[in-house]
Amino acid sequence: MRAFIVRRLILIIPLLFLISVISFATILLPPGSYVETYVQNLERTGFIMDQGQIEAIYRQYGLDQPAALQYVLWMSNFLLKGEMGRSFMYQRPVKDVILERLPMSATIAIVSLAVTWLIAIPIGIYSALRQYSVGDYVATIIGFVGLALPNFLLALALGYWVFSSTGRAITGLFSIEYKGAPWSIGKFADLLGNIWLPIVVIASAGTASLIRILRATLLDEKNKQYVTTARAKGLPERRLIMKYPVRVAINPLISTIGWTLPFIVSGEIIVSQTLGLETLGPVLLAAALGEDMFLVGSIVMILSSLTVVGTLLSDILLAWLDPRIRFERIGA
Amino acid sequence: MNRKTPHSFFSGITSSYLRWKESRAKKIQESLYYASQRKLVWHAFKKHKLACISLVVLAILYFVSIFADFFAPFGPLERFKDFNDAPPTGIHLINTDGKLSRPCIYETKRELNTDTFKYEYSEDSSKSHTIRFFVKTEPYKLLGFIPMRHKLFGLENRQVPLLLFGSDRLGRDVFSRILYAGRISLFIGFGGVTVAFILGSILGGISGYYGGVVDEAIQRVIEVLISVPDIPIWIALSAALPRDWGTINIYLAITLILSIRGWTGLARVVRGRIISLREEEFALAAKAAGASDRRIIFKHLLPAFSSYLIVHITLAIPGIILGETALSFLGLGIRPPAVSWGTLLQEAQDVNVLANFPWMLLPALFVVGAILMFNFVGDGLRDAADPYASSR
Repeated sequence: MRAFIVRRLILIIPLLFLISVISFATILLPPGSYVETYVQNLERTGFIMDQGQIEAIYRQYGLDQPAALQYVLWMSNFLLKGEMGRSFMYQRPVKDVILERLPMSATIAIVSLAVTWLIAIPIGIYSALRQYSVGDYVATIIGFVGLALPNFLLALALGYWVFSSTGRAITGLFSIEYKGAPWSIGKFADLLGNIWLPIVVIASAGTASLIRILRATLLDEKNKQYVTTARAKGLPERRLIMKYPVRVAINPLISTIGWTLPFIVSGEIIVSQTLGLETLGPVLLAAALGEDMFLVGSIVMILSSLTVVGTLLSDILLAWLDPRIRFERIGA
Repeated sequence: MNRKTPHSFFSGITSSYLRWKESRAKKIQESLYYASQRKLVWHAFKKHKLACISLVVLAILYFVSIFADFFAPFGPLERFKDFNDAPPTGIHLINTDGKLSRPCIYETKRELNTDTFKYEYSEDSSKSHTIRFFVKTEPYKLLGFIPMRHKLFGLENRQVPLLLFGSDRLGRDVFSRILYAGRISLFIGFGGVTVAFILGSILGGISGYYGGVVDEAIQRVIEVLISVPDIPIWIALSAALPRDWGTINIYLAITLILSIRGWTGLARVVRGRIISLREEEFALAAKAAGASDRRIIFKHLLPAFSSYLIVHITLAIPGIILGETALSFLGLGIRPPAVSWGTLLQEAQDVNVLANFPWMLLPALFVVGAILMFNFVGDGLRDAADPYASSR
């Protein structure tokens, strides 16, 4: 087990390094630097800067240095001090902007992942055991539509449905009266009343493929000889199915975590933008549209590295649950 | 005796039909013994009814959007003054006298409701216009070079709006815009998949055939790209595109951005297949005969699993179409005046639009439809891809 963890930890380092390089590349990508955009924006509001002030900004951010050195500067600031530069749009350190919204993003992503599994596993088992039943067809159709329907549309439609049937408009995580308020039971209840919608939307998109994988494996498993043997020995059907073939069939699902989590993080951004949630998604979008590239690059890096770390944690957890995984990977 | 005659007559027909069917099945069976693999795949695919229907519908969708100039009654940017957010025009088959007539519409009139200060549209049944097929219009160039004077359907009087799917905020026909938008939305899937296919088969091929350090490096890159959420990267990259780029540049750039991750899945399929195939006799024989590495990969190994690649590609297209829709919806993809299904949906961004002008969501129907069709075709192809395994 320890060997497995160490191996995985070593493997993640080049991954994180590549992610940070890609993220930094997006900061440098736009033609003309962000300082130019910044100066232009200031000029538009009637504030003219002279050459000396502009050069001072360049020096402050190390922009007169070659790209590799800039990267080292940015990374070392991040690793040592947790600083990621300054957002021109918010006029605040990037770190503060991200920290303010990250917890909500992470919560929504993690809960959505759990809900995806909670929805997919029972439906998958049902579809396989009652193959070609009405329920199976309904599940397949809903799964296909969930696959084809863009996230934002489902969010819009559900939001409209909630509004027209209950009169509650979900525009953000909190209702207006709780928006700047300190945490209280009322605020938490208000959050629960709003947060379920984005979670359902994000989770539904990922369930379709999980259901299909689970259904296919379970269909193969349930006709195998060990199932017949167990049945012949008189094990109650329900216990028999849950105890043997289902446990085998869930294994292939486990290996999908590696791409389910990135998928959910992506979905979270679009849904948050559609519903106006106070998460990182809308900030990323606004920053991208405003070419506030330090903020964009930093959010990309934080989201990507957290996704990778989350995948690693779930991998370790699952290897701990199922010894075959850790031996398989070590043998490979 | 007499009563038996019709019975035996019908049974004669049935039995001869059964015999004919049997001999036909036998003939097909026999022809399959020496059929090429492509023929076998096609035969297996044809059994998948849903996939066949989907393929036909997709073909129609592509055809109509390529020749949108002809099929769409109006141009994508043509505006009807004073017809902002007008609902779909009703088509009537029964005229005011209660008789069946050729499909016609009643002219729409607009009135300001003095209570709500909103414009209200109603039909004026005194002025009816018949819908004409192959109606004459001002000359235009089909696909930019074939001079034409007719459109599939429309009204004699081009000033009267015929809005099948209503109009948008600026009074443009939503139906026509959807058809034109298909050009970008449907073909970005092909473009992205082509890039993904080239990158995926080259890198996957190298990775699987040579192994070692090259393989290890390519696998690490793939791992990074797979484990990173794609929307943030797409957003960051498309934000970096210059604001003053023209439609074509933006289109190509968005295609590239969307295929950044698409090739990884394909590369994995290619690598896995090549690793298992390169030790097969036919590959060893080619090597012994002195074929170059390139020739072995592209002439001997790649064709051996091309059907898997086709399946994979078909199933990758919907992802790219959805990606474009999402990016354009967020305002970072295709930029106006170019239209794609995503940019059309961008206008339906808030609940207000949904409540008052629900027809603005009709482009979504096309997105969902196209993606479902691609998935069905992909499923059918997957079942058909391995025709020799049909006996299992």
